[in-house]
Amino acid sequence: MPRSRRFAIGQPLAPRPRLVLTLLSFLAPLLAWGLVSYVPWIWHPLIRVGSPGDVAWFQPGLLVERRVFAEENAKAVAAGGHAANGTRANPIFLPAPHEVGQAFYTAFHTKPLLRGDLWLHESLALSIKTIFWGFLLSSLFGVPLGILCGAYAPISRFAEPVIDFVRYMPAPAFGALAVAVLGIYDAPKVAIIFIGTFFQQVLVIANTVRRHDPALIEAAQTLGASPRRLLLRVIVPSCIVDLYNDQRILLGWAWTYLIVAEVVGVSSGITFFINQQAKYRNFDNVYAAIIIIGVIGLATDQLLALIGRQLFPWKHTRPSRLSLLLGRLSVGRATAAPSSPPASP
Amino acid sequence: MTAPSSPGLPDYRAQSPAVAERFRKLQERPVVLEIEHLGRQFPGQAGPVTALRDISLKIHRRELVCVIGPSGCGKSTLIRIIAGLDDPSTGRMLVDGKETSGPCPERGMVFQGYTLFPWLSVKRNIMFGLEMGGMARDQADAEARQWIDLVGLTKFANNYPHQLSGGMKQRVAIARALAPNPRVLLMDEPFGALDAQTRAQMQAHLLEIWRNVDVTILFITHDLDEAIFLADRIVVLKAHPGEVQEIIEVPVPRPRHLSQVTSPEFLATRRRLDELIHPRDVHAPVEKLPIVRLTQAGDDVE
Repeated sequence: MPRSRRFAIGQPLAPRPRLVLTLLSFLAPLLAWGLVSYVPWIWHPLIRVGSPGDVAWFQPGLLVERRVFAEENAKAVAAGGHAANGTRANPIFLPAPHEVGQAFYTAFHTKPLLRGDLWLHESLALSIKTIFWGFLLSSLFGVPLGILCGAYAPISRFAEPVIDFVRYMPAPAFGALAVAVLGIYDAPKVAIIFIGTFFQQVLVIANTVRRHDPALIEAAQTLGASPRRLLLRVIVPSCIVDLYNDQRILLGWAWTYLIVAEVVGVSSGITFFINQQAKYRNFDNVYAAIIIIGVIGLATDQLLALIGRQLFPWKHTRPSRLSLLLGRLSVGRATAAPSSPPASP
Repeated sequence: MTAPSSPGLPDYRAQSPAVAERFRKLQERPVVLEIEHLGRQFPGQAGPVTALRDISLKIHRRELVCVIGPSGCGKSTLIRIIAGLDDPSTGRMLVDGKETSGPCPERGMVFQGYTLFPWLSVKRNIMFGLEMGGMARDQADAEARQWIDLVGLTKFANNYPHQLSGGMKQRVAIARALAPNPRVLLMDEPFGALDAQTRAQMQAHLLEIWRNVDVTILFITHDLDEAIFLADRIVVLKAHPGEVQEIIEVPVPRPRHLSQVTSPEFLATRRRLDELIHPRDVHAPVEKLPIVRLTQAGDDVE
């Protein structure tokens, strides 16, 4: 493909530049982070004290602002003492990539400091459980209600105005209420995920169902489909791919409510882990935990995309990057369903 | 209504003895679809707009009737009403002498936009109507296979619609509409989206299917040649409001084949249709576009 065509509007990319750009998408921020961390003159606003010299309050390893360091050294030299020395350093809240990289390993193997605190994998399991139940309960009610709203105008008129009203209320605002009703442990957290997801879900699903093709309904009617069968045999299957993708996006939203949900009542899960590690100033562990959330979210989404391609062979869902990658790795194995080219009539 | 006689062409109403005999036999068959004084008004900004007025029509068993008319004559409204997808403001409709309304598998429909269910394979698409009618899965499966063979798509039974060409999709749509064994097959410009060559093939396919299946066909088109090629009778509508202008008995003998397009009967009918559908084009000169010359002298294309 000529270079100029790559930026043509609506032009799909060849597999190779696709893969390169996907990798760059992750490598570029990593590179920026590495530069800030490893190249001293880019930022490094602090000095890590090496030998304290004759500055009374300096200790090895102490982080001091460069201006303060210079002033104290000047004072020490003026008083006839030795100047302290040190190396430039970044603030403690910005660990270098390799430190965070190590933390991915150490965080799982660091024994919790306090008795009763959880290991990282236990915290993660707790968080995933909260998301799972919150999203499952929301979908159990939200998806059928959304489909009914999308299909039947009276149900839509009755349910949607109040749902539209409630969805503007931030889910965390219900936190105190959830604790009062459901106690302080897991139930109120699930409730926050539910509240954060459900109302959006009904509206999103209803909108998707409303976009169904009326011509298909008419065709089914002339073939003798009863109204009830229309819903299950035509309307739902005609939108099922879009509904599936909606659910993928909604699951992402559910994750964004996780941190708020987990501080409701007794703080727990990954949020509690992050807060504890921040308290101990183990910011490498904090970054590792945050990145793990991202990895879990992305992996789940890509896995669902992959499953979607198997579930709906008549239509490809949003192409999954994971499946593309797997396709490239397993040479010679066909990943996409073989589609024969349209033959002449 | 007088037909201007033209040099070299017979009167479009003149029928050979064989054709006349065929029409006489057709008339004797029972009436399958009857519409009486059908009218349809739509609410408009300046009062109600009449789309159809006082349409009456009797279609006999295994007759193939085409409806043509200029755009806006309400031919699509008419077929939607007959399919039960729209309600008439006045008049009624009878199938086999019984008054009926609403969509029903006894009136199958083929749409211009194929409207195949994209999530179902060719076979499952055809099974849809059978299953809706309460037929057991294996029986519907066996029956669907017969229909697939009939429209010549045996190799594509398990393909999805998006893997088929336009002509193949429309053949599936025809098989799907015919599978529940309708009394009337309604076709709303079914070949309108196909290229000329495919369309000619599909017309031949349709006649072939119609010959072999006990079904009465009402076919909407805006293509005059298509109407003459397919129809026993052509219902010509006029626009604003949509009314029956004339019902023409096509004098072209059956079986039809493409070489008849230049036969005197065909040309005479074509001329009559042209007069009815484009009356102004015949007499008024073509309006000139106010275009100034934008090319170099000596660069002429004509």
